[in-house]
Amino acid sequence: MSTDRKKARQKKKRNRYIFRAAVLAVLIFAIGFAIVSNMNKDKEIYRVGDEAPDFQLSQINEASEIEKIRLSDLRGKGVMLNFWATYCEPCEAEMPFMEELYPQYDGDVEIVAVSLDLNQLVIDKFVNKYDLTFPIVHDKKSEVMDLYKVGPIPSTFFIDPEGKIVEYVSGPLTLDKLEGYFEQIKP
Amino acid sequence: MSSLKQIKCECGHVNPEGTVLCEACGKPVEGNEHIDGNDQKKLLNMRYEGSARRSQTYNRTIVDKVWNFFSSVKVGVMLIVLALIASGIGTIFPQEQYIPAEAEDRNPEVFYEDWYGIFGKVYYELGFHNLYGSTWYIILIALIGVSLVICSIDRYVPLRRALKMQRPKKNAIFLSRQRLYSETETVSDADKEKIMKNLKKYRYNIFEENGNILAEKNRFSRWGPYVNHIGLIIILFASILRMTPIFFLDDYVWVREGEQKVIPSTDNKYHIENKKFTIDFYEGEEAEKFAEALERGGEVHKNYQTDVVIYENESDITGEPDEDDLKPILESSIQMNKPLKFGPQFMQYTLYQSGYQQNEFSEMSFKLFNIDSEEEIGELTIDLYNPEDTYDLGNGYVVELNEFYPEYELKDGVPRSKTKFPRNPAFILVVHTPEGESEVNFLGIGKNISPNDDDNEYRLGISGYELSYASGLTVRRDYTLPLFGIGALIFMIGVVQGMYWQHRRIWINPKDDGLIMAAHTNKNWHSLQSEIEKVIDGTNVKMVVDQSEDGSVDEDDTL
Repeated sequence: MSTDRKKARQKKKRNRYIFRAAVLAVLIFAIGFAIVSNMNKDKEIYRVGDEAPDFQLSQINEASEIEKIRLSDLRGKGVMLNFWATYCEPCEAEMPFMEELYPQYDGDVEIVAVSLDLNQLVIDKFVNKYDLTFPIVHDKKSEVMDLYKVGPIPSTFFIDPEGKIVEYVSGPLTLDKLEGYFEQIKP
Repeated sequence: MSSLKQIKCECGHVNPEGTVLCEACGKPVEGNEHIDGNDQKKLLNMRYEGSARRSQTYNRTIVDKVWNFFSSVKVGVMLIVLALIASGIGTIFPQEQYIPAEAEDRNPEVFYEDWYGIFGKVYYELGFHNLYGSTWYIILIALIGVSLVICSIDRYVPLRRALKMQRPKKNAIFLSRQRLYSETETVSDADKEKIMKNLKKYRYNIFEENGNILAEKNRFSRWGPYVNHIGLIIILFASILRMTPIFFLDDYVWVREGEQKVIPSTDNKYHIENKKFTIDFYEGEEAEKFAEALERGGEVHKNYQTDVVIYENESDITGEPDEDDLKPILESSIQMNKPLKFGPQFMQYTLYQSGYQQNEFSEMSFKLFNIDSEEEIGELTIDLYNPEDTYDLGNGYVVELNEFYPEYELKDGVPRSKTKFPRNPAFILVVHTPEGESEVNFLGIGKNISPNDDDNEYRLGISGYELSYASGLTVRRDYTLPLFGIGALIFMIGVVQGMYWQHRRIWINPKDDGLIMAAHTNKNWHSLQSEIEKVIDGTNVKMVVDQSEDGSVDEDDTL
C-alpha cells in the first residue's frame, strides 16, 4: 500500500517537474526572442564594426573618370564617406581640410562626399567656390541617407580597405583628427 | 525517510506540505500556523484558503529552485522597484535621440563623457542613454513578466484545489476563528428549513453533508486577479512583438508635389511620388451650416488629400535605380482617415495623411525692364527645385543665376542659406545685355538691390511665384494593436470580476441540538451581514457577531 502511494507521489512530482520545466522553457524562449529582436533592431543602423552597406550614385563633378561611384568598387582603399550640404556651416568648415589631405593620400584614401541638398545648382556653385577635387555625389531621393540612417550633418564614416566601418563621427572634424582617421584607414 | 511529507488531518484528508488550513475541514495545521500569522491573531488568515503555496521542499533541481525564486511576491515587487529606479535614472541625462543639436560631437560615445564627465561615461557604458533599448532593461521587464506568470500559477493551482476540496463540515477551531460567528443552542427543523429556503432565495449554492451545510456564491470572483494577470501577460507579449519590424514600425516622410523619393523603413524597396496635394475648405452653403463650429475651431479643413504613385524598386543596389527598375504598383490617394495600404499581405505598410506645409516656393518669375524707357524686355521663370545656370530671354539678353539661397539669411554680413528648403529664396542674378555689358542684381522677397546702384540700365522685378505643398505622411505597420486591445479587455474583465462580485460563504454545522454559524467574504462584510440577517429572519438562530478586534481584517484580500 505504501509503495503504491510512493509511486503515485513520485508520478505527481515528475508531472510537476515537467510542467514547471515547460513553463520556464516557454518564458526563456520569449525573453530570448525579445533580446534577439531588440539586437536586430540595432543592426539596421550601420555603425562602427559593421560592413558599410553598398550604394551607387552619379558623380556630379569631374573629380574622377568614373561616372557612377559604387562604394564596393573602392575596396582596397580607405574611404571617407561624408554626408554634407551646402547650407551646413560646419560641413563647409571641414571641406578645406578634406581638400588639403585628399592629394596627400592619393590612391590610399578616397573621399566620397554625399550632398543632401535639394538642387544641384547650389552644389555646383559650392564645388567651384572651393575647387573641390574629390568626388561629390548628390543623394536626390534621400536613398543613401535613409540607408545609413543619417541624422544631423555633418556625419562621417571612415571605412577601411576591407569595407568595414572603423570610425563614425557625428559633427565637425578638425584637420588633426581627419589626418588621424586617414592614417587609420589607409591600406 | 522522505522529505516529501504530507500532512494528514484529523478529518482524514491528506494535505500537501506547507498547508496552513486543512483543505477539507479548515483545521489549522499544527506547526504551520506561523506561515500566515495565525499564531498571532484570534481570527484565521483566509488568504489563498490557507493552501500550500511555494512548497519549500521541492528544492532539489534547478527548475524547482528557479521556480521557487520567482514564485515569491517579494521578488516580484523587488523587480518592479528596480525597474522604477532604472527608469528614474534614465531621465537624469537626455536619451540618445534627444542629444542637443548644439553638442560639439553628437556621437553618444563621446557626448555623455564630454558634457557630464565621469557620470556621463558611466551612464553611457551602462546603457542608460538608450534605456528602453538596452538589453538589461528588457531583461528586467521580462523578469517581471516571468514573476507574474509563476506567481499566478503558484497561487492559482493550490487555491483552486483548496476550493474544490472544501467540505461542508468544518473543524470547530476553524469556525470559531472566523470573523462572523454565532452559536445557537436549540434550533427547530422548521427553522433550519426556512434558512435553507432563504439561502436559495439569495442564490447561494448549497452543499450538504450529514446535516452540515456550506452555502457559497460568486466563487468566480476569486479568479478575477488571475484573469487580470493573463491580460497583463498578453500586453507584455504584444510589446515584445512590437520590437520586431515584422509587427511594428513607425516613420515619417515629407514629400513635395512632384517629388519622388524613397519611403523610409522599407529598406529602399518602395518609392513614393506625390502627384498632387489638395486641401479643401468649407465654402458657400456648407460654411454657413457649420459657421458656429468654424468660428470656434479656427481653421477647419474639409479634406486633405495626397494623390500618390507607389513604386516598387527592383534594383538590387541602393541609389539611383534605372527607370525600368521602378515599377509603379499602385496609384491612389491618401486622405485623412483614409490611409493607403500597400505591400505584400501580412507585411503591409500603411500611409497616413498626417500633415502638410505650404512654406516653400516652387517657382519664381522675374521681368526685365529697361529703366529709362520702361519697356519690358522679357520674362524668366526659375524652377526652385531645379534651377538652371542661365536663362535666355532672346534678343541677346541672357540672365545668369550666379547664386541661389533657398532660405536666405545674412550672417556676419555674408549672405547664406539657413536650410536647403526654398522658404525664403534670394538670388544673385546677372543680366547680360546685347551690348556685352553685365549688371548684377540681388533679388529676394522684399529685396531688390543693385550693388552698382543707379548705374544700372535694366531692372529685374519679381513678377510672380508659385507655392508648393509638401505632404507629411506617416509610414506605419502595427499588427500588435489588436493584441494590446485583447490584453486590455481581458485585464478589464478580470478587474470587474474581482471588484463587483464578492466570494461569500456561510457554514452551518450542527452542534448538539443547535448549530454553529460562521461566514467569510473577501470584501464588503456589511453587505454579507445584512444578507445573513435576512436569511435568519423569523427564526431563533442567533445573528453572527463580528469578532474582529478593530473591525477590519484583511479587507484587501484580493489575490
